[in-house]
Amino acid sequence: MANMERSGTVSRGINKTMIYIVLIFLALLSILPFWIMFVNATRSTPEIQSGLSLLPSTHLSTNWNVLLDKSFDPIRGFFNSLIISGAATLLTVYFSSLTAYGLTVYNWKMRQSFFTFIMCVMMIPAQASAIGFYQFMYKLHWTNNFLPLILPAIAAPAVVFFMRQYLLATLSIEMVEAARIDGSGEFYTFNRIVMPIMVPAVATQAIFAFVANWNNLFMPLILLTQKDKYTLPVMVSLLRGDIYKTEFGSIYLGLALTTLPLFVIYFLLSRYIIAGVALGGVKE
Amino acid sequence: MRRKGVNYSKYGYIFSLPFIFAFLVFSLYPILYTAAIGFTNLQGLIPKPIQVLDNPFQNFKDLIYHNVAFRTSLTNTAILWITNFIPQIGLALLLAAWFTNQRLKIRGQGAFKVMLYMPNIITASTIAVLFSTLFAYPMGPVNSLFEMMGWSDGPIFFLQDKTTARGIVSFIQFWMWYGNTMIILVAGVMGINPALFESAAIDGANGFQTFFRITLPSLRTILLYVLIVSMIGGLQMFDIPQLFIVPSGGPDNATLTTSVFIYGQAFKGSYLYNRAAAASMIMFLIAAILSAVLFYIMRDRDAARIKKEEKKLRKAAKAAARGA
Repeated sequence: MANMERSGTVSRGINKTMIYIVLIFLALLSILPFWIMFVNATRSTPEIQSGLSLLPSTHLSTNWNVLLDKSFDPIRGFFNSLIISGAATLLTVYFSSLTAYGLTVYNWKMRQSFFTFIMCVMMIPAQASAIGFYQFMYKLHWTNNFLPLILPAIAAPAVVFFMRQYLLATLSIEMVEAARIDGSGEFYTFNRIVMPIMVPAVATQAIFAFVANWNNLFMPLILLTQKDKYTLPVMVSLLRGDIYKTEFGSIYLGLALTTLPLFVIYFLLSRYIIAGVALGGVKE
Repeated sequence: MRRKGVNYSKYGYIFSLPFIFAFLVFSLYPILYTAAIGFTNLQGLIPKPIQVLDNPFQNFKDLIYHNVAFRTSLTNTAILWITNFIPQIGLALLLAAWFTNQRLKIRGQGAFKVMLYMPNIITASTIAVLFSTLFAYPMGPVNSLFEMMGWSDGPIFFLQDKTTARGIVSFIQFWMWYGNTMIILVAGVMGINPALFESAAIDGANGFQTFFRITLPSLRTILLYVLIVSMIGGLQMFDIPQLFIVPSGGPDNATLTTSVFIYGQAFKGSYLYNRAAAASMIMFLIAAILSAVLFYIMRDRDAARIKKEEKKLRKAAKAAARGA
């Protein structure tokens, strides 16, 4: 008996070692491409051509100068991306919270059908409306303008859905009624009493909305044709062009620059992000 | 007394108004507009009077019956999705089983999750260009590695071969998404009633039996959710295939997806808006069908059951009334 038990623990030990090996391999697989990117951003093209290295070199400033010499302007791109993503995120979280509040607190005739409608339009792909959207914006002379990339963020069905779930679980209607008795208007109640309660949900959704807008390629690629309006993902496509053909060091540096803000956000907020992903899946 | 007379329900409409307005202007109208363009002869950069075609469905017909590139793009989208989804869900399930196994007690789970999820948050277009640089020919990091390890005789032109080009695109998709799927599945397993696992342990079930008899069946809804959300996402696959190989489409159109096709038709010099719009509508239809399936799965189960029972009761009452 004792023997059998011991052999059981031994085999479990071997299993466990195997599992850790697999996990460490996968973790390395996640890190390695980015590691090579950051390392190669500091190496000269001949160094990169001569082989793989995991240690940084000393050519960062040369690469930086070559990068900026061409039409690549990462600082411009950074601020363009920041303006669009920041504004779109604010609109998404505020108006989604407002809509979700309207759906949970008030009893109006169309409430149920409106909610069903939101569920239905949650999955419409951006590509489905792209041609019409472009033609519409072209007629308004809104191409090369940030507004068509920001304003649609007001209607974010998936975020409304999430906020509604959160409100159903946390908001007590007595609180709203107490505010009414104290003479608080409906908008005041929402802004001053309900929004603070929703901070955890707003923070989670804000991170995801920001990242999604920051990474968005399709719409900016269609709408922005002037180089000084490019967002970072669109700018990345410049790195594929002929102008950087052999300047590998600068290409890696350009790529590294576009991801740097995301790495900072991720390592500061990874705990919340992973909790948010888990929540998104257990919608039921 | 006066307070009682206040009707608050109008605020429901007021608070939903911005959403409805933005949706109508920026989503619904463009979709209808796209659909309309699909039936017209709208082409070219310079606007000219557009007309509805004599046979309104001509664009759709041309795409489905005569456009080889469009059909290739549909098959490619399907191939790229399947070849990334199967390993993705397999690995995610395996990892979820390991992470939630009470007997194994894997340490450092938080750190592993952070690492494995990381690629998902990084800009896809950056990742596409990064990988195409890593797989550069004749000298790139991957070719260097292969040479160092003695895995290949000479440098491999990864981006010029149909199979490797497709393989790398689908690997990138897999690599970016398995962490996300794994976290969702772990959350799903945590939501299973622990008593089920306890009684399985008491009955002497081993790891495999517990996984196949308890974990998998309990995850059915979540697995379906993951499947369909991934299908709708895969249908729109754009950033990676668009930027991974220049010109986008790859060797022999091997990595031309439907979204890349739509973008190429409308915005890359040929300005075939009507054809692109018709292709968008076909894609929209597929997404709508998938969404309907998802909606059916995720619908409020309890509400559906109550409705069914109500119906039964009503029927019974009717029958009773008739009987009386």
